[in-house]
Amino acid sequence: MSADALAPVAGPQPDSAGHFGRFGGRFVPEALVAALDELDGAWRTAMEDESFRAEFGALLRDYAGTPSLLYEARRFSAKVGARVLLKREDLNHTGAHKVRNVLGQALLTKRMGKTRVIAETGAGQHGVATATAAALFDLECVVYMGQVDTERQALNVARMRMLGATVVPVTNGSRTLKDAMNEAMRDWVANVDETHYLIGTAAGPHPFPAMVRDFVRGIGDEARQQCLDLTGGLPDAVTACVGGGSNALGIFHAFVGDEAVRLYGFEAGGDGVATGRHAASITGGSAGVLHGTRTFVLQDADGQTLESHSISAGLDYPGVGPEHAWLHDTGRANYLPVTDDEAMAAFELLCRTEGIIPAIESAHALAGTVALAPKLAAELGREPTIVVNLSGRGDKDVHTAGDYFGILDKER
Amino acid sequence: MSRIGVAFDKARADGRALLVGCMPAGFPTVEGSIAAMTAMVEAGVDVIEVEIPYSDPVMDGPVIQRASDIALAGGVRTADTMRIVEAVAATGAPVVTMTYWNPVERYGVDVFARDLASAGGTGLITPDLIPEEADEWLAASDAHGLDRTFLVSPSSTDARLAMTVGHCRGFVYATAVMGVTGARARTSDAAPTLVSRARAVTDLPIGVGLGVGTGAQAGTVAGYADGVIVGSALVRCVLDASTEADGLAALRTLSVELAEGVRNPTR
Repeated sequence: MSADALAPVAGPQPDSAGHFGRFGGRFVPEALVAALDELDGAWRTAMEDESFRAEFGALLRDYAGTPSLLYEARRFSAKVGARVLLKREDLNHTGAHKVRNVLGQALLTKRMGKTRVIAETGAGQHGVATATAAALFDLECVVYMGQVDTERQALNVARMRMLGATVVPVTNGSRTLKDAMNEAMRDWVANVDETHYLIGTAAGPHPFPAMVRDFVRGIGDEARQQCLDLTGGLPDAVTACVGGGSNALGIFHAFVGDEAVRLYGFEAGGDGVATGRHAASITGGSAGVLHGTRTFVLQDADGQTLESHSISAGLDYPGVGPEHAWLHDTGRANYLPVTDDEAMAAFELLCRTEGIIPAIESAHALAGTVALAPKLAAELGREPTIVVNLSGRGDKDVHTAGDYFGILDKER
Repeated sequence: MSRIGVAFDKARADGRALLVGCMPAGFPTVEGSIAAMTAMVEAGVDVIEVEIPYSDPVMDGPVIQRASDIALAGGVRTADTMRIVEAVAATGAPVVTMTYWNPVERYGVDVFARDLASAGGTGLITPDLIPEEADEWLAASDAHGLDRTFLVSPSSTDARLAMTVGHCRGFVYATAVMGVTGARARTSDAAPTLVSRARAVTDLPIGVGLGVGTGAQAGTVAGYADGVIVGSALVRCVLDASTEADGLAALRTLSVELAEGVRNPTR
């Protein structure tokens, strides 16, 4: 299955300039246009190239450990009132769906003859994945990370350094993910000849949103077939968490054409969208331009970006990939907020019923599913089948969760 | 011809380059930024570039980032920029505005153009807007008689260079280095090549920015470009000063030096 993870499909595509309806496009300094054009060309050529697809497929299988399992979570299902199938991306090498994207982009980096990759990271997961691919492909690697995040994710900083990457703490602006992305953009403008900016989600200027989606869409291709094999039919709904949104697009894409399958993206509602302390760009933001693309953005009346808030560092971003903005506009996918507390309740429920510690990001998808199940059951008049993208594992979140639940022994 | 075009022509007739000095609106305060820009004009800066502070300025280096953060923390609004433009335009110097795209889009592209024109602004420099995404701005700038300055870069292909300058009006902004704003020890080798490539496809005046911080550097750039654009070095005068008066004095001194530089082109 993963051998043709890039085989063309008749899913929704942006126009040639990367517009998804009124969203997407390129809002970048002219200095980057040549590099984006080069990347666009390399990506399109690679997509047509059987040897690239075979190489990518082999890496996904032999190195990343995909296809990931589709696991029927029976005890969780019983609590939720739906037949819940978990797409186990948490079992991939490096612990999340993100390895698919970095392997694809690292292969492209090599094809373009570039020797250095840079990346931004919030929780550190994309940074670790990028450092991993850089080690595997012998590329120089620099990861920009907000200083606030380097402090709260010290373990991932150490992991990146062990893998040979240079981690640069970013001390300007709000010192979080969005500022790390700004700093990576600045590096890229200055070093674009030998450097590829390995963006970690389906956002940023064209071709990143469509390209990243293509590299991760094996998640949905696999899940769709696995669901057919397991249940004899398609699910009633597919759910995922949405920060930048790559894991959600990865699993949605294969199902977009299946009109009976409902698609749900759950955004980080933080303390609640009404409090203003959240990261729900679609539910609580408005259309604007951020980091090279037009999409939904958390912004004030003057278009200044607002700080986002979420217990999940990976969802703590004030924008969202433009394809999600478009899926929202067209009504094909539904986007709803999940609060920190709801996410943590679902986090605990999965730990206790299935013995699986999810990433807090993925716990947002679980919490949304818990809320969705009874509504869907009522609407359908039967138990619904729901495929949930369990996009990452929770090892990195043990400290945050331990704090949240008050289960850490006091320091002696 | 626009007011900036007239100023470029006059400078060219005088055998010198035009000096463009940049300062973020509302830095350190709204009144303080008007005082700073006025001092720059009095000390010989020909054109003032008012940068609208933005939370995520990806083309700016640390100096302008910090100044923008100070301005935003002080509560400056886009509407204040219009007031600043109006006050500085009253000195008689042409005032051009530099802005990332989102503040304009949020303000409303046509309303923004209308308000900028009525404040006396000559046009916009748009560092993260390329002509392909600029339909609304092309229409609004036509409707309100504003200049359009898109950036060209050493990495621009010949085809893109021709396309981009074809959408410019007033002047073209050539980014001298591949990188962000900020004074550098050496000016760029790539800039003269870029300027001559641009000259092959446009008669518009060409300003060169990124990296210029001294009178000598200004003289070097004046040797091949029509305009010398200076930002970070001027902003630093205000940023590093312990009092407002010290900042204005440093700003005047540097402006005089730069004005001298553009009058002594190194050829």
